[in-house]
Amino acid sequence: MWKRDEAVKPAAGTPAPVPPAPVSQAAATPVPAAVETRQTMSRDMVNIGKSVVIKGELAGSEDLTIEGHVEGKIELKDHVLTIGPNGKIKAQVFAKAVIVLGEVTGNVAATEKVDIKDGGSVDGDIISPRVAIAEGAHFRGSVDMQRKAVAPSTQPQAAKPAPAVAAAH
Amino acid sequence: MRMSRAVPLRLTLRPRVTVALSDLFSLRRRPETDEGAGSDAPPHPSKALAKFLASLQSRPQPVLLDLGPVVGSNLTFFGEELGCKIFVENVFKDIDRHVLESKLEELPAFFEQRFPQADATFDGILCWDALDYLDKKTGPVVARHLARLLKPEGALLALFNASEPRETDAATYTRFVVVDRANLQYRHYPAAKRRGRALQNRDIQRMFEPLRIVEQFLLKTNVREVLFRKAALPPVSSISGPT
Repeated sequence: MWKRDEAVKPAAGTPAPVPPAPVSQAAATPVPAAVETRQTMSRDMVNIGKSVVIKGELAGSEDLTIEGHVEGKIELKDHVLTIGPNGKIKAQVFAKAVIVLGEVTGNVAATEKVDIKDGGSVDGDIISPRVAIAEGAHFRGSVDMQRKAVAPSTQPQAAKPAPAVAAAH
Repeated sequence: MRMSRAVPLRLTLRPRVTVALSDLFSLRRRPETDEGAGSDAPPHPSKALAKFLASLQSRPQPVLLDLGPVVGSNLTFFGEELGCKIFVENVFKDIDRHVLESKLEELPAFFEQRFPQADATFDGILCWDALDYLDKKTGPVVARHLARLLKPEGALLALFNASEPRETDAATYTRFVVVDRANLQYRHYPAAKRRGRALQNRDIQRMFEPLRIVEQFLLKTNVREVLFRKAALPPVSSISGPT
C-alpha cells in the first residue's frame, strides 16, 4: 500500500518521467483552455443587453447581437448582426448578414443574407441577394434582391442579350 | 448472477403511434423557412403564373406588389426569376384587424387610403385571392386602386374561388406558395373572416376596369386564375392632337 505511493513519486535521481507530466497537468487544469475559448468568443461577438438603449451611430468590425434598443444607424460591413427576441431597432442597418428575431423599423441592407425568423418583424425595405422570411414573421416593405445574374437581362437592347438571359434563367 | 436483458424504453405519444426514445431524441426541428402547417400540401398546377412571369421578363428590373401573406420562398422565387423589387402589403392582416376590432364597415374607407403609392408604380401585381374576402363595397375600391397602381402594359394576377363557400367550412386564408413556374402549393391557415360568395366573371371584369382580362383558367381545384393587363399608353402623336 505505502509502496504504491512511492512508485508514483518520481525517483530522486531520474528526471526521465517528464513526458507524462504535461498530459496530467492539462487534464487536471482544463480551465485555461476553456477560458481561452471564451475569451476568443467574446472577442468576436458583442452582446448589447436588454436594458441598453443606444441613440446614434453604431459601427464595428465584429459580430453583434442586440437585445436592447437602438435608434439611428448600425453598420457592420463584414459581420453578422443579430437582433435578438428582445431587440428593438429603429435604424438603418448595413451588415454582411442580418438575422432578425426581434423588431426592426428601418431599411436593412446586407451583402449576403437577411433572415427574418419566426416572431421577427421588419418594417422597412430590404436590400440583399438572399432573403429568408419564416412563416410567422412579420414583414412590411419591399425586397430588392439585386441579383448579379439578372443584370445582363436588364439591358435587353445591349450588344447580345439573348444568351445572357437564357443563362440567367 | 445473470443480468436480465435490457429492454428498449418505448414512449407512446398517440394511440397506435409508438416511438422509441432513441428515435425521439433524433427528431429534428423543422427548418425555419416557410415550412409550417400545410408545407406538405400537394402542388397544384397553375396556368397563369408562367404567363404572368413571361409578361414581366422583358422588363428591366420590374417592381412587383404582393398583396398576399408574406411567403419568403415566393420572394426568393420572384427575385431570382425577374430580378425584381417586391413590395409586400399584406391586406389579409388588415382584414383580420378590422374583423377583430369589429370595424368591418370601415374597410372601404380604410382601403381608400391604404395604397399611397403614385399611379403606375408597379409592373406586376400579385393579388392572389384577396378579393374573395372583401365585400361588395370594399372589393371594387381595392380593385380600382390596383388598376391605378399598375403601369401601362403591366400584369395583375388574381385568383378567385369558383365554388360557393359552405357553412361548415372553417375560416381560412390561403398562402399560395410558388413551387415552380407551373405549380402552386395551397397552404391554408386560420383567418378571422370567411370567404365571401364566389364572384361572377362579369363582376370581376367590371371591378378591375380599365384592366382587361388576357388569360383566364378554371382549374380542377375550382380556382379561377385570371391574368389582367393594362393597356399601353396611346402613342404620343395621338395624344398631342393637331397642331
